[in-house]
Amino acid sequence: MAFSSGYFKTSYAKDLTIVETKPRWVALLLLLAALVVLPFLASTFFLDLANQVLLALIGSVALMILTGYAGQISLGHAGLIAAGAFTTAILFKELQAPFFITFPASAVTGGLLGIIFGLPSLRLKGLYLALSTLSLHFIVTFFGSEYETKRGLASGVVLDPPSIGTLRLEDPRFWYFFLLIVDVLVVLLAINLIRSRTGRAWIAVRVRDIAAESFGINVSYYKVLAFVVSSVLTSLAGCLLAYYRGFVSVEAFSMLMTIEYMAMIIIGGLGSILGAILGTGFVVLLPYAIDALVNIFAIPSRLTTYMFAIKYASFGLVMIIFLILEPSGLAGIWRRLRDYFILWPFKHKPVGK
Amino acid sequence: MNIVVLASLYCLIGYGYVLIYQVSRVLNLAHGELMSLGGYFLLTIVIMGMTVSPLTSFLLAFILLLALGLVIYFVLMRLMTGESVFTAVLVTISLGILLRGLITLTWTSQSWFPLQYMGIRASSFQFIGGAQIPTFGLVKVASALGVFLILTFGIKYTRWGIKMRAVGENPLLASQRGIAIHKYYALAWGLATSIGGLAGMIQACDSGLDPGMFIIGLKAFPVVLVAGLDSLSGVIPAALLVATAEILAINYISPQASDVAPFAVLVAMLLIRPWGLFGTKEELERV
Repeated sequence: MAFSSGYFKTSYAKDLTIVETKPRWVALLLLLAALVVLPFLASTFFLDLANQVLLALIGSVALMILTGYAGQISLGHAGLIAAGAFTTAILFKELQAPFFITFPASAVTGGLLGIIFGLPSLRLKGLYLALSTLSLHFIVTFFGSEYETKRGLASGVVLDPPSIGTLRLEDPRFWYFFLLIVDVLVVLLAINLIRSRTGRAWIAVRVRDIAAESFGINVSYYKVLAFVVSSVLTSLAGCLLAYYRGFVSVEAFSMLMTIEYMAMIIIGGLGSILGAILGTGFVVLLPYAIDALVNIFAIPSRLTTYMFAIKYASFGLVMIIFLILEPSGLAGIWRRLRDYFILWPFKHKPVGK
Repeated sequence: MNIVVLASLYCLIGYGYVLIYQVSRVLNLAHGELMSLGGYFLLTIVIMGMTVSPLTSFLLAFILLLALGLVIYFVLMRLMTGESVFTAVLVTISLGILLRGLITLTWTSQSWFPLQYMGIRASSFQFIGGAQIPTFGLVKVASALGVFLILTFGIKYTRWGIKMRAVGENPLLASQRGIAIHKYYALAWGLATSIGGLAGMIQACDSGLDPGMFIIGLKAFPVVLVAGLDSLSGVIPAALLVATAEILAINYISPQASDVAPFAVLVAMLLIRPWGLFGTKEELERV
């Protein structure tokens, strides 16, 4: 990465470090400390918000790997989350399976579905691929709703909170730390995958697959691999979501969910893990921010019945604005801001931009 | 008979997708919302009592939608020229979300029945075999055929149609030959919106109006893909195929399968002949 500060890498070892400079270490440790302290200060409501962000982050990092790095467009993300959630729900309902069985089982379902979702990518590109994954979404949710009706669980499946060893995951604070650890692991995994041979192969496939093939990259293998990695992570997110809500129902996994995840990586900025994190926060918190705004300005109560529609419309509007005005997303804004302050009071463009 | 009626509804919606794709290579995923907007426009016009005759209110709503399509193109989609196709498609998705929110805001999420306000009662015709078909089913079939004939003729023989095809085939060459390409892109958007809206109006008269209506637009989408995205004449057989699959699925599997059947057909189609039954083969960028 080119820095505007004049930081240059002078050894191969430096090229391999994840955290590059001392100020970054400081910032990272501060951030981690803040994240650890947060649940002790926040109210239940804000803790729930934080948990939602952490949950969504797993899915959005997965989608970022697939779409942002490997360049494969998928509109079946909600279908995969549903697959993980339903694997968990069915195993729990039918076999009373504990957490340490449902969790890997969701991963396996995700992996298998990833292969199925990924196969069309060997023949199709772009728009057509998006459509085939979209139809897979409908097929997966269809099986979910079939299960619900066949078993007479029209309103959904209720789950008990999971336990790890002797620890029962019930308290939102426990959930927070559990999710935080999972998230840190997922982000580390993603960063390392992308730095490695696999990630470079993905980026090559995204940029120009024919050139990648001629470099000896097995394009089919890496495409399917991207789908599998992304689907496994997504299904795990689905499993955790099922436990967190304590409730699984098909209605939750609509097209809107897919679009929300798409929005996270687009608003965050494609091709950047930081973007996935920022975008997730933005999309999850946006409806609550609108709620708060409405409360502050004390807009007539007549409007509160339309809250849902208002959130819906503003969500669409924000997405349009980002697509048109800021294609590089929040990560791009962050990079510009950072460069501005690093270079201040000078105004030249940083190297490599 | 159900199959034919459903197929003609899908046809009417499908023309909109094809028109926009053929001319500007953008897939308009907001089409379902624009369609239901057609129904709502009709409803508003009828309630406000601006006209007495139902035919005039249909016409008025049609013209309004044409204008809306033009506005959408000039305000929004024009900015997307030169961007990647996928970005443009995402913009249409976001537009769909925005419209859905606005529809619920303006007309609330309750169900409306425009027929009540028009003073017409839904009637049905008796056929010789004893089969009954609702009047608006017939209207659907008739308008699907009518629109098809007008569009095919218009695109093949009129000046505007020929220029539209030129723009679709090669925008650069077309603009160098002095064709104002933005005008024809906008025209395609306007026509597609109003035809989709027409489908929405008829459907609203037939079975009422609520914000969930856009789903029909989404389900009409496999039809277009099966037909081949740039083939207007392929829409009719494809619509028949998808409608047959859907009705069979409802009868023999379960009513819930109605949402899935079109997409199952779509997956099969994508794996066997991704360019559709009647699409141009070299159109598709394949791996």
